[in-house]
Order: sequence, then C-alpha cells, then structure tokens
Amino acid sequence: MGARNPVTWLGSPTFPKAAHTALADTQLRSNLRKATTTIRAKRAGVVAELDDWERLRLAGAAIKDDVLANLDTYLVRLEESVTACGGVVHWARDAAEANQIVLDLVRAEGADEVVKVKSMATAEIGLNEALEAGGVHAVETDLAELIVQLGHDRPSHILVPAIHRNRAEIGEIFRGQMTEPPASDEPADLAEAARRHLRRKFLSAKVAISGANFAVADTGSVVVVESEGNGRMCVTLPETLITVMGIEKLVPTWQDLEVFLQLLPRSSTAERMNPYTSVWSGVTPGDGPRKFHLVLLDNGRTATLADEVGAQALRCIRCSACLNVCPVYERTGGQAYGSVYPGPIGAILAPQLAGDMRDKQAASLPYASSLCGACYEVCPVRINIPEVLTQLRSEVVAAKGKRTPEALAMAAAAWVFADPKRYEAAQKAGSLSRLLARDGTISWLPWPGSKWTSTRDFPAVPKESFRAWWRRTRG
Amino acid sequence: MTKLRVALFATCLTDTLYPDTGRAVLRLLERLGCEVDFPLEQTCCGQLHYNTGYYDHARPLASDYAAAFAGYDYIVAPSGSCGGMVREIHPSLCGTTPAVERTYELSEFLVDVLGVTDVGAYFPHRVTYHPTCHSLRMLKVGDKPLRLLRTVRGLELTELPGAEQCCGFGGTFALKNAETSTAMLTDKMRSVQDTGAEVLTAGDNSCLMHIGGGLSRMRSGVRTVHLAEILASTEEEPWVPATR
Repeated sequence: MGARNPVTWLGSPTFPKAAHTALADTQLRSNLRKATTTIRAKRAGVVAELDDWERLRLAGAAIKDDVLANLDTYLVRLEESVTACGGVVHWARDAAEANQIVLDLVRAEGADEVVKVKSMATAEIGLNEALEAGGVHAVETDLAELIVQLGHDRPSHILVPAIHRNRAEIGEIFRGQMTEPPASDEPADLAEAARRHLRRKFLSAKVAISGANFAVADTGSVVVVESEGNGRMCVTLPETLITVMGIEKLVPTWQDLEVFLQLLPRSSTAERMNPYTSVWSGVTPGDGPRKFHLVLLDNGRTATLADEVGAQALRCIRCSACLNVCPVYERTGGQAYGSVYPGPIGAILAPQLAGDMRDKQAASLPYASSLCGACYEVCPVRINIPEVLTQLRSEVVAAKGKRTPEALAMAAAAWVFADPKRYEAAQKAGSLSRLLARDGTISWLPWPGSKWTSTRDFPAVPKESFRAWWRRTRG
Repeated sequence: MTKLRVALFATCLTDTLYPDTGRAVLRLLERLGCEVDFPLEQTCCGQLHYNTGYYDHARPLASDYAAAFAGYDYIVAPSGSCGGMVREIHPSLCGTTPAVERTYELSEFLVDVLGVTDVGAYFPHRVTYHPTCHSLRMLKVGDKPLRLLRTVRGLELTELPGAEQCCGFGGTFALKNAETSTAMLTDKMRSVQDTGAEVLTAGDNSCLMHIGGGLSRMRSGVRTVHLAEILASTEEEPWVPATR
C-alpha cells in the first residue's frame, strides 16, 4: 500500500509543458488531424442512422448509474456467478496488488511468456512492466498495442494507441524488430508481417491476459469487444486465461448488453457492429481455457465514486469518441496527457484515479480543455465532462490554497464584481489601458497578459463603458 | 398591447470592452417594440470564477444576478456563453430562480420569443458566421443566428469550414494553455480567411475578441462584428466601426 498509482506516468511534465513539445511536431499534428477528422465523420454518419440514439445514451447512463449506486451488491453477485461457472475471483485494492496476483498466477503455470488482449486496465496498472520485472514477458497482440510495444513507445489513444504513427513509421519499427520484416509499408503488408509475428506467439502461449469491456453480474459472463480477432485467439487458445477488470465495468443483466453493444462500436470505431465479440462464462470443459481467473481492480475507483460530481467518469466505456472530437487532443496528441487515459476522459479520470491534486502533473490535466463541450455531446453514456473538469479545477484550487497569485487575482476580481460601484470604478481605471494602445488595439501586455498578447492583440478599454453611456443618456 | 419589459444583460465583457454591441442590442430590441431596461446592479455572471474552479466566488455572483434581474419579463444577453452560464450553471450554484428561467441569448429571444427572423437589417458585406461553443452546445441555439443573418439585406453569407470547432479561447484556458489555444486559433483563422469574408460574426464577443485579436495581429483585414451590430444596422442608420 501507499505506492504511487501508475495511472499517470512517472516523470511526465505538466500538460502545458508537454503540449509545448507536441505542438512543435508537425508530423504528429498532421497524423492526428488526418486520423481524427476521418473517424469523426464516420462516427457522425453511423450515429445519425439510429433514430433512438439519444434514448440509447440515456439508457446507457442510467444502467451505469445504477451499477455505481449498487456496486457492492453487483460485485458480490458477479463473484458468485463467476465462481459458480468454475472461475476464480481475486480482489485487488491497487495496482501493486493486482500486478502481484497476476504474476503469481502466471508463475504457478510455469510460463515465462504470456499473450495479451488489448486492455486499458492492465495498461493503467503497468502490468507489462511488473511482469517483466518478475521475469515474464508479455506480448501485446492488438496491432496498435504491438506497434507501441515494439517501438518502445507510449500509447496516445485509448482505442488506437499508435494513432500518432503513420505507416512509414510503423514499417520502420517492424523492420527493426521482426524476424520476418514487412515487404513494404502498404497496410496489407504491415498487417501480414504482424500476423506472422503473432501467430507463433498464440500457438505457444500457455497463459493469456485480457481486460474486459463488460461483465454480467447475473451470469458471470465476461465480454471483450475487438476488431482484429487477436483477442479471440487469446481467450480461446491458451490453457489459462486471466482477466483484469475495473470494478465499474460490470452490468447487472445480460439484457443490458443490448444497449452497450450498440453504443460502443458506433462511438469507438464508427462501426454498426464490431467484428469480434467474445463472451465467456467461467470455464467450459473441452472448449477454450481450462482455468479462468478474474481480478477485480479498484485502484482509485471507490475514492472516485465518493466524488458526487466526479463519479460519473466511472460510467466510461472507453470508446474514445471524446478524444476524436476534442480540439485540444487533436493538436497535442495523447502522450501530452502523461497517462494511459488521454483526451477529455483522461483529463477527468487520470487525476481522480491518481487521487492527489497536489501532484503538479495530475493537477494540470483538468485545465487541458477550453470547455467547448464537444466531448459531452458525443459521449455515449452522457458523462458531462465539462462539469467534471470545472469540479476538479475547484478541487485543485482548494488543494493549492488561497495565497497563489491566481487565487489572489480571482479574489480581487470577485471583490470588484460584488459591488457595481467598485466595478464601474475598475472600468474607468481600465480605460487608462488606452495609453498602451495604438489604433484601439494593444499588442503588448505585462505577464500574465503577455500570454495573450504573444499571439493576439487585445482591444483597448474604451473611454466610456456601456453602463456609463446608459447613465449619461438614459439614467 | 403592453410592451414586453426586457432587461439587457450586457455581460461584463461587452459592457466594458464592446459598448457598441450593448447599444446595438438596445436599438434592435426597441425597434422591434420592446421596452428595454439596463439594471445598473448587474456586473458579472461568475463564469470566469466558475470555469477556473473558484466556486466560492462564483456563488454570490450568481445570487447577485438573480437579484439584479428579478421582476423582468425577459432578460436578454448578447452572449451564448454568459447566457449558458446563467441557464445551465446558476441552478447548481444558487438554485433555480425566475431570473434564470427568463434569460435568453439574443438569437433565441428574437426567433423563439418575438417570433421574427427578418429584423429589417441592412449590412452590405460578405460575412461568415462562427457558431460559438456555448451557443451551440450549451444553449443549443442551432441555426437561429443563421436564419436571422439570411434575411439581412445586402449581406452575402459564406459558410465557415470546420465551423463547429472551438476557436481556442476558453477563458483562462487561453492563458494557462496559451500555446494549445494559439494552435486552435491558427486553424480557425485559416478557415475564416479561406471563406474570403470581410466580416466574421458570432453571438459572443469573447470568442470574437480572441479570433479578432489574432486576425488583427496578422493584419488580415478581416473584421469581427457581433451579430447584434449586424442586426441593428439599417439603411438609414448603417453600422459604423467602433472607435476606441
């Protein structure tokens, strides 16, 4: 206990500093613009096909809210039903506990290599690094995760972790790391090289590790939704399957999946239905893995649940729609957020899971938004991300105390606005700014105004405010 | 018929920096038969404090707003952002008050309450329209501003590519994440210039201050003019640029 939560990467700079570097990378900007523009248009198209989309969103939010309000009941029910169908359930308070449980399970099978289904929960806890330290090599089998892993890189998107790479860069990584390199940088050749590379791993692995998109409390069924079929290989071929799942991922009944299996593919990959939906309930003799372990992960979730406004972040189904529409994400990319959870959802989820608003990097994340609201508009479970962002800002403000220059300036502004007479006096004083102006515009202001005037002019405050004019002519 | 008693909620930004917009709203609403008052008790809706996380400072400002605007039939703001702050956020700060429920953004008031889209305006310029984020996504004004602009005599409307993307202002975001804000602004300015418009209009002076500040720095020659000023402009009394 007490170890640092790896949901934010150790040593990451604050968001503005990381953005400074990212914004200068023209290749990154162009890769991201292309990718997000395409997926945005596709998503809008498939969502528009459903005339009950808004009702689906309401249903999705309502089911998740019910889960969060009755999490204790549903979790116990899930444990019972998984156990009843031959699975073993483990409870992990934090990343360190979860990693240790998984490592022990892998060692018990005598394996030194495992295959992995793409999973946010295992990325969040830094499982691969923990396994590596314990002498077990984890092989990512999702194509984009494989690109990140082979490139010794970090993910920059929830769904497409290598979205910041173009195919020339991917070809380069594969040529450096694969025994059978790709014939060219054409997508088909790259995919073929990855396929050959992975096929050997699937056939030799004794243990697979997955996350879970959903788990049904009533039936103990675990659901993984994917596009490539590599996840299907992992959850069917090896003898032992270990699933690490955030405690908020469950749904009460089988029927609830109907809502989410419509919301998720349209929001994430802009598909009507995803190509592979794998569902398993414990173990089935003669079919698939013989041993199944489910690790239920807290890692900051119950603490997040206690935040009346912030708890809605736990409705998230990891679709990435908010990343794809976010104007900030589109320009900085995901690595600037310093966490496996980038973009708008990352800005509200990572600092809450990390749980320390005195941490400079985590505290910078809620400000990484212009509050334009595009994320809320597309969220399939209606997470009011702008509302949570401002709530977390208020928590950062509380953690920093009342003596920061910003807090003093805000207190002064509030004091001025609290009294119309003081406010009018401030307007008059402000109109002296005309002395700094030429042709009605100010092109230089001292700090912090310089952050504005470095790229934009500012209007000079006119001699007569509207209220002064009103008083003079109508008062 | 008794005239509607309308209060102008100028917003602190327009009151202080863009008095011409305030006068334009007044002229426009009076021309359409409203009796307009400007309660001098008004200051700021608290959005600056709320959005930056200073809820304790925002709360009394929200209560002050409710007191300043009590007793009017309608409250009209030339801002989707401040109007959105009042309608969508004030209830969480100080409960639902009559003032909250009677607050309208200008284009909403014209189209939904007065039921007009042709306000008799004249503005012989090539114009493009930026739908500001809070107008679009908090208040959901939709195409109301465009419907108003389409009836303006002499006005040539050109479509803004990527119109729904944020300009990068975001209040203190423009200072705290100045470089990301500038990257967003740069793309917005490019879109504006691609339209070949002489004038960029919007329903929010805050966004116009941001985009206009960038366009001015670039010596782009594109002006920013608030929607209210275009709608107030007539052949008899045409719009004239502000002097500072």
